[in-house]
Amino acid sequence: MAKPKRLREFDVVRDDEKCIRCEVCCRMCANDVHSYDAETDKVSADSAKCVGCHFCEDVCPTEALVIKRNKSQIKQNANWKSDALGNIIKQAETGGVVLIGMGNDRPIRDYFGRIVLNASQVTNPSIDPLREPMELKTFIGSKPDRIELVEKKSKVRNTTEIPPQLELETPVLFTAMSFGSISLNACKSLAKAACDFGTYWNTGEGGLHKDLYPYAHRCIVQVASGRFGVDREYLKKGAAIEIKIGQGAKPGIGGHLPGEKVSGEISSTRMIPEGTDALSPAPHHDIYSIEDLRQLIFALKEATDYKKPVGVKIAAVHNVAPIASGIVRAGADFVVIDGIRGGTGAAPQIIRDNVGIPIELAVAAVDQRLREEGIRHKASLIAAGGIKSSGDVVKAVALGADAVYIGTAALVALGCHLCQRCYTGKCNWGIATQDPYLTKRLNPEIGAKRAYNLLRGWSLEIKEMLGGMGINAIESLRGNKEQLRGIGLHEKELELLGIKHAGEAW
Amino acid sequence: MSDKKVNKPRRIIIREEYCMGCRLCEVWCIVAHSKSKDIIKAYKGQEPRPVSGIYFEERGAVSFTLQCRHCEDAPCLEACLTGAMYRDKKTGMVLHNKDKCVGCWMCIMACPYGVIKPDFKKKKVASKCDLCIELEFPACVEHCPNEAIILVDKEGERIDKE
Repeated sequence: MAKPKRLREFDVVRDDEKCIRCEVCCRMCANDVHSYDAETDKVSADSAKCVGCHFCEDVCPTEALVIKRNKSQIKQNANWKSDALGNIIKQAETGGVVLIGMGNDRPIRDYFGRIVLNASQVTNPSIDPLREPMELKTFIGSKPDRIELVEKKSKVRNTTEIPPQLELETPVLFTAMSFGSISLNACKSLAKAACDFGTYWNTGEGGLHKDLYPYAHRCIVQVASGRFGVDREYLKKGAAIEIKIGQGAKPGIGGHLPGEKVSGEISSTRMIPEGTDALSPAPHHDIYSIEDLRQLIFALKEATDYKKPVGVKIAAVHNVAPIASGIVRAGADFVVIDGIRGGTGAAPQIIRDNVGIPIELAVAAVDQRLREEGIRHKASLIAAGGIKSSGDVVKAVALGADAVYIGTAALVALGCHLCQRCYTGKCNWGIATQDPYLTKRLNPEIGAKRAYNLLRGWSLEIKEMLGGMGINAIESLRGNKEQLRGIGLHEKELELLGIKHAGEAW
Repeated sequence: MSDKKVNKPRRIIIREEYCMGCRLCEVWCIVAHSKSKDIIKAYKGQEPRPVSGIYFEERGAVSFTLQCRHCEDAPCLEACLTGAMYRDKKTGMVLHNKDKCVGCWMCIMACPYGVIKPDFKKKKVASKCDLCIELEFPACVEHCPNEAIILVDKEGERIDKE
């Protein structure tokens, strides 16, 4: 039999002096890396199987384990790096498409990292958020064209009709991650954290499981190309509806939840037969134009008595600004733009790594276009894909977003170490798996607490940054590009972002 | 045993839906009842390794641990000939005095949960959960990475380690 060839990614380093042979690692690794031999009383590791999730390192009671990147390196070559080689070796073996999970790991230019924020000095006072009120409240939804006031017997009445809004305590929401792509315990963790903090979570295209009904009032329900789990009750239960056209990690690509993951629970939630593949087509087969999209938007509004905001999510691609303009004109109450660093449970690696544009440029372009056309107020803009810190949130808002979606950051809070093997269904952290042996490792009580803490920490930091700039409400930062300066960016990039270079005064 | 730090009734609750089967509770139970209370010394040193007071059950994806329930109507107390098994008045816990134990193992026979372990060498009762009465906090509760083992007071309110 031909020996399979593969590049080993990790070395499992065990300090034998510390190893007490408790076999926790052997029991916990879903990839069967560790094994105990009673004859020699040794615990050994098959490093070739290690995916680098670091779960064993985390549970080892004596810290005897360290997972290191493999030192056995190929001859140095600026063009042929080990990841390119590894994929070719894999494909020579299997003849298939190389799958991957999570967001783009290539060094795509990080604009957030090259943007710096302003602060007040002498001529304008900064604000201490611990002593003075600081408002992070954000409303997602279409805003009216003008304020209508009626004067009657010297009394003024506000008769403006406000379209339905989502009220957020912080401009951060949990992005669409379906029950199926992640475990029910992971969904519960995020849903509870969103409810506790006063923000929203998103069902993804996984339907709304019965256990999640208590959190439905703070849930954005997604309608995607497979229409899984969508019925009247689903639409009515959610706080808002999101039509998913595309995803940053795989623009132009549909979804595929393999049949072996479609358990009884998932089958009833998605409303498909047990054990069948859940295939989401690449396009919505009833949407081939902005006019078609308008029909779906209004069908959904009609179904929910115009009481809920309906938004549209697209991946950031070359033509993102005109597309977003069309979406707003089609009647969407909010537009979600997912950048090239957006995560996924499974995507062809070649798509994830090469298709789309960075979120920073996309948000700036969309905001600018909508302002030029005088329709910016008609829809809120949510930025997604690669938001790693509260600094990124502030920069995204200053570039023109109303709020941001976080996915990867939220999963990291739950334990994820970005091994990028979500598609295998063997997530040792109990997140991207449906195996009951693994899903119970994520206690939603702990998960909800951790996700809540993340929101809290970021919100405090956002307040500090706003205070420094002398701004007391996140609303005053939106599209406030004077608060941003670029470092090491060339003229075209600065022009597209709509910001000045560091060193330039107002 | 006048230096006991625990003087209120408390109870361990097992939540099998969160038990991931790592068996770290057993590891830390052994450490907590070792002479040195040091994990490396307890496992690799010269000192005798105690037996954990925890029974671990697993089949497929279902796993949980079982410790002495400290029954209100404890059959082991009735069965004990010598009074080695006794109830602590302050905490209501069922404890075991090894000095008095003659190894008749009637407690093991009588225990409806099967959570008392025999010592085949010394012909005595080897181990039984004492809720870590000598420590402030049960080791298995403290070290359960997924909070599958929790500690509650008489009213069922959860007790966390300070």
